[in-house]
Amino acid sequence: MPILENLWIIPLLPLLGSAINGLFGAKWSKPIVNSVALGSTGISFLCAVEAVREFLGYYGTNHKAWVKPFFDWIVAGSFRAGFDLQLDHLTVVMLLVVTGVGFLIHIYSTGYMAHEEGYFRFFSYLNLFMFFMLILVLAANYVLLFVGWEGVGLCSYLLIGFYYLRKSAADAGKKAFIVNRIGDFGFMLGMFLLFRTFHSLDFATVFAAAAKPEVAIEPMGQFGVLTIACLLLFVGATGKSAQLPLYVWLPDAMEGPTPVSALIHAATMVTAGVYMVARSHVLFTHAPTAMYVVAIVGCATAFFAATIGLVQSDIKKVLAYSTVSQLGYMFLACGVGAFGAGIFHLMTHAFFKALLFLSAGSVIHAMGGEQDMWNMGGLGKKIRTTFLCMLFGTIAIAGFPPFAAFFSKDSILFSAYNYPENGKAFYAVGLFAAILTSFYMFRLIWLTFAGEKRYDEHKVHVHESPLNMTGPLMILAFLSLTGGWFAAPALWGGKDYFAEFLSPVFGAGESAGAESSASLEHILSSVAVAAALAGLVVAWRMYGKQVNRGKSEGVHKLLYNKYYVDELYAAVIIRPLMWLSTNVLWKVVDAGMIDGAVNGVADGAAAVGDTLRHTQSGNTRSYAVWVVVGAMVLLGIIFWPILHPALFGGVR
Amino acid sequence: MVPTNYYLILSAVLFGLGVVAFVFKRNIITLFMAIELMLNAVNLAFVAFSQALGKPDGEVFVLFVIVVAAAEAAVGLGIIILTARNRRSLNVEHVDLLKL
Repeated sequence: MPILENLWIIPLLPLLGSAINGLFGAKWSKPIVNSVALGSTGISFLCAVEAVREFLGYYGTNHKAWVKPFFDWIVAGSFRAGFDLQLDHLTVVMLLVVTGVGFLIHIYSTGYMAHEEGYFRFFSYLNLFMFFMLILVLAANYVLLFVGWEGVGLCSYLLIGFYYLRKSAADAGKKAFIVNRIGDFGFMLGMFLLFRTFHSLDFATVFAAAAKPEVAIEPMGQFGVLTIACLLLFVGATGKSAQLPLYVWLPDAMEGPTPVSALIHAATMVTAGVYMVARSHVLFTHAPTAMYVVAIVGCATAFFAATIGLVQSDIKKVLAYSTVSQLGYMFLACGVGAFGAGIFHLMTHAFFKALLFLSAGSVIHAMGGEQDMWNMGGLGKKIRTTFLCMLFGTIAIAGFPPFAAFFSKDSILFSAYNYPENGKAFYAVGLFAAILTSFYMFRLIWLTFAGEKRYDEHKVHVHESPLNMTGPLMILAFLSLTGGWFAAPALWGGKDYFAEFLSPVFGAGESAGAESSASLEHILSSVAVAAALAGLVVAWRMYGKQVNRGKSEGVHKLLYNKYYVDELYAAVIIRPLMWLSTNVLWKVVDAGMIDGAVNGVADGAAAVGDTLRHTQSGNTRSYAVWVVVGAMVLLGIIFWPILHPALFGGVR
Repeated sequence: MVPTNYYLILSAVLFGLGVVAFVFKRNIITLFMAIELMLNAVNLAFVAFSQALGKPDGEVFVLFVIVVAAAEAAVGLGIIILTARNRRSLNVEHVDLLKL
């Protein structure tokens, strides 16, 4: 088992690629940079495939996850955090998605970024991102996971601000970084609490301890240690995975190049929160209150973000809010205990959302940088390949069979429906969000590809993208079609192969209800398809025949301005903080107290010196007087025992 | 035989005269002579102790002091001559270039 014994090689390859390109790429031609970047990720993908093959063989005989410690990283007292890598069925899914989709997006980037400045820098960052993401999914303890977690945040910041000369891009990068800090703070507190409770942060130790029968499941509505720990971990997940109330950074992150939006802000990094929650499912199942919070936040986000997506005019913003919404679905799945369904949707989402973003990038490329859909229209005939690929992605996300999201979204809604605590309400909101999803995606299709052209043909030379961009699109389109078929047999009473694949991690319990209520599942599936169809029809009625932008007022204006959440945060949090920083921390504490103390010491020294300076008169005789006085004092001290009684003895 | 105390009192008086002269006079040569006076007052005390204790240490010390004083006289007089040439003055008040 050569690769399985040396799992470190999978993350190390992209790190090497990043270092080589980052250090030497500036002087190299594009083909060399390409071969380093694509070579490292490509070989990493092949290694991952081989590792998965070896792992499945290993699992067949040993029936446990593969954990291998490589070296001690932090050892302090009883605390140990090692560089330990782990491979189990959950990691297998993430590993293949990250390396596979990542490799495709690397290929696409060679076309998309071909005319950009800082070509080597882009690929260096992108490879670095792959390294950290692989550390994140392969980590066998929370500390190492946190390394990857922070690392992908760093790369996200670097890539959002890739066009750093544009102020909006630099600001968006900072916003992403700072909002993520808030979530990370919760995540760290959660880790501390877990360590205090279980005296370890290794997944194996913590989950084994939590799964013991004597660990009680904390009842609904009670806030025990596990509930609080899970809620703190979930705070971290809301930051990284852009859930309410920390989702605000993700739409702004669209300032980065489009392949970055596809890889980091749709397919992989933002799903890290879902992965982390699914990874910690043993803890979450012991804390129903935390699960309920996860479900509510996920459900609310799915709906909230979808409504904003309805009216956006920037093609990437629509997809960004769509991503936030779909991440909400994943958390809804985790919250109702269907971790397998959440991971399933994570995987299909990685395919179709990467496809949608890359197609959008292809459209933007064709339009020479134009992102406003109101300035497009009629592109379907001119860039037919991109159009067909994007149509595939749209059908997939809308949830029409037999495309991927039909199966994954269906299993999420089915699990929500069967959830005992207000499951029907979750289902209803989720279903309504599905209608909205279908609507905004087909609105995007019609505005962009159908109808009359709304751009100046003399200025914009619309052209199809080269093969290194359309190739990955076609592969992803294929995956968006077929990615859900693992679960397809469940429709006619067969097995859900995806859930079965993950059952060693999540247990077989969750798919148990599937066979008993196959007819219910059929009904729910039909309803879901009807919902998608409803969204399609409404979108067609509004945008299919003639396009009229109209005036933005009322609800439309509210949605277009994203519920004024950014303005609200600015008023409630940012401005008071700025005021506090400026008027108290800066002008009083820094300028007054700290500078005052420092300058005071200096001024005091100067004043003392200024006084003593006058003794240095240059007058020889005054120096002589000082010598005499000094000698007298010295004599006085030496003879004090004799002088003292002689002078004062008589008084007593 | 003259008691040791007398020598010491004479020595102290001579030293005190040297100090007073050094502090209050302005002529550099006078200051120089005041220094010599102080040195020789100390010499007197050394010799007196040497005789009182019956040990030669004090007399040896005196020889050293005389050697040092001679060297000092050579250097000091050289400085005084240069000062007088440069400044056309022997007033110590005028030699204050080290003042801030």
